[in-house]
Amino acid sequence: MHPDREAYLVNRNVLSRRVLAGVALAALALTGCGSNDNSSEPGGSGGDSAYADLSGELKASGASFPDAYYQEVIEAFKSEASDVTVNYNSTGSGTGKKQFGEGLVDFAGTDSLVKDTDGVTAGSFMYVPTVAAPITVSYNLEGVDKLQLSPETLAKIFQTDIKTWDDAAVKADNPGVELPNTPITVAHRSDGSGTTSNFTKYLDAAAAGTWKLGSGDTVAWPASTQGGEKNTGVAQIVQQTNGGVGYVDLSDAKATGLKFAAIKNKDGQFVEPSLEGTTAGLEGAEVAEDLSYNPLNAAGASAYPITAPTFIIVKTSYDDANKAALVKGFLTYLLNDGQELAEEVDFAPLPASLKEKALAQVEKIQG
Amino acid sequence: MTLTNNPPAAKPTLTQRGSSALGDRVFSWWTLGTGLLVLAILGLILITTVREAWPAFDAMGLRFITERVWDPNPATGDAIFGALSFAYGTAVSSLIALLFAVPVSVGIALFLTELAPRRLRGPAVTVIDLLAAVPSVVFGLWGILVVAPALVPIYQWMHDVLGGIPLLGRLFGPVASGRNFMTAGLILAIMVTPIITSITREVFSTVPRADKDAALALGATRWEMIRGAVFPHSFGGVVGAVMLGLGRAMGETIAVALVIGGATNITANLFAPGNSMAAVIVQQFGESTGTFTAALIGLGVVLFAMTVLVNLLAQVVVRRAEARMKGSVA
Repeated sequence: MHPDREAYLVNRNVLSRRVLAGVALAALALTGCGSNDNSSEPGGSGGDSAYADLSGELKASGASFPDAYYQEVIEAFKSEASDVTVNYNSTGSGTGKKQFGEGLVDFAGTDSLVKDTDGVTAGSFMYVPTVAAPITVSYNLEGVDKLQLSPETLAKIFQTDIKTWDDAAVKADNPGVELPNTPITVAHRSDGSGTTSNFTKYLDAAAAGTWKLGSGDTVAWPASTQGGEKNTGVAQIVQQTNGGVGYVDLSDAKATGLKFAAIKNKDGQFVEPSLEGTTAGLEGAEVAEDLSYNPLNAAGASAYPITAPTFIIVKTSYDDANKAALVKGFLTYLLNDGQELAEEVDFAPLPASLKEKALAQVEKIQG
Repeated sequence: MTLTNNPPAAKPTLTQRGSSALGDRVFSWWTLGTGLLVLAILGLILITTVREAWPAFDAMGLRFITERVWDPNPATGDAIFGALSFAYGTAVSSLIALLFAVPVSVGIALFLTELAPRRLRGPAVTVIDLLAAVPSVVFGLWGILVVAPALVPIYQWMHDVLGGIPLLGRLFGPVASGRNFMTAGLILAIMVTPIITSITREVFSTVPRADKDAALALGATRWEMIRGAVFPHSFGGVVGAVMLGLGRAMGETIAVALVIGGATNITANLFAPGNSMAAVIVQQFGESTGTFTAALIGLGVVLFAMTVLVNLLAQVVVRRAEARMKGSVA
């Protein structure tokens, strides 16, 4: 044999052996990943995910506020578990809880905690926190691009104690800012809404003594205020009215191109609404035993104080083992890989500590 | 037409009892059945809604219709559910709608039946009927995005000019935005115009030719003929058309919800935001529970009662007016 030819063959052998070794290593790495998936960290790369052997249908309904995020997660979940169909119907928290109580849906989304009148038996369900989002105080005031408001001033504005923007209370919050004599037009939600509930709860907590309208999905706003349908309706009123102010969730406020006020938080800092500020607020929030938590007016220098939490309520035990596995699978995905999708749709992911607790809660589901 | 050419043997005769005897019986049962079905459905709706609304009626008593405060989550004490503000909003927006829609509709109908050249009638009728086919949410969105902002300067001007008049000026108070009773009424007017127009047109076209010719032969001008022959003959039908329009206006939900402003408010100022019963139901039902849900269904009952009352009232008006008018004609 020609020496060159021999050298070539040897080289080829070495080459092929190297390739083989590489493939084996890669395979090892993959299986390593796989076993890891099964224990604690599901998801990851490749079509062969931990969710692939799940199949069936999940029905859910409830809060419209996190709908954009849930739809995003459901869409992404499809590529992980192609045999699972998840339907989330944004009916509003009240209807969601009602349907969950009647057994019409497998889980429900809600912005508010379960009350006795909601038709859900106490003890039969668990809260799983999912994401949170800041509620902005959006305003439209010609010539004013930076506005700071303390909770007391905010309360006075929304219960129409303050009628014009150059009121002494607004001036005190904004030293050095030239405020016009424009009348204030307050815009609020005309539909029952978790956003209203969280906003009024915040005022109730942060401006106790000043705020007199109470809190809830629907409150008795003064007659001279304006009501808009959904977040977009409120955003529109603010946009169309010079001197308008309203509470709008961050994504709609951004989409409408509104300006937001910086709100004075518990630590006395004026903070503009942002996802980072929201997550900071969640870190400062006190989490109860059942994982219900209240991020409103949370402590922390960089915490944005008006943050709306949202939950999914699941049954503690499902009659059907497959249902339980599906619910567990979907929520585990939502809390792991799903959290990365949150910022795309202007929601703030849970801080690590709360996420761990939520995952532990999901593990408790029986079936 | 070819029947006349058939042999006479095939002709059914009235002396024989044919299969039509059975047909008559089936027909009478069928019509009786459907007639009763409507009543039964109406009755069942009333029973179930009243039953579902009972917790709210029970908690509020008569205050449910006399109270103007609607506060499902008060800072202290029990929830207060008063339908009065929303009943007021429903009434005011519907009345504004009729105020604008009735003259316009009757005008269009008269034009189409008495004045318009024959060639124009077909297309004109089609266009008006198309207006009735536009979904109400489209009217609502158009109202909120285009009409409401565009009307603000006009409202402002009306307030400046008419606001100073004693008493009457109170109707034209300060303008906060384009979402108010007036805008809701105007949008409703556009929505009910096709209904009133098409029915009044039908009614006007049933006026006997002879009546009209007689009036003209006596030397009446066209307007005198319309006043003397067309109106007395069709008064009942026109009121019926207006009532149908009013029913639509009172029950209209989503368009009103979008443009009326969403405030719990009773005020003479037509440029102030308010709310109507149907709009409140659609806005607040999703997040309601317990007594709150019952109260919203209660609003439905009140709306139902209001519609029935208005219709009964209209029947009385028609009966009296017809007796008077026909009497004068004869």
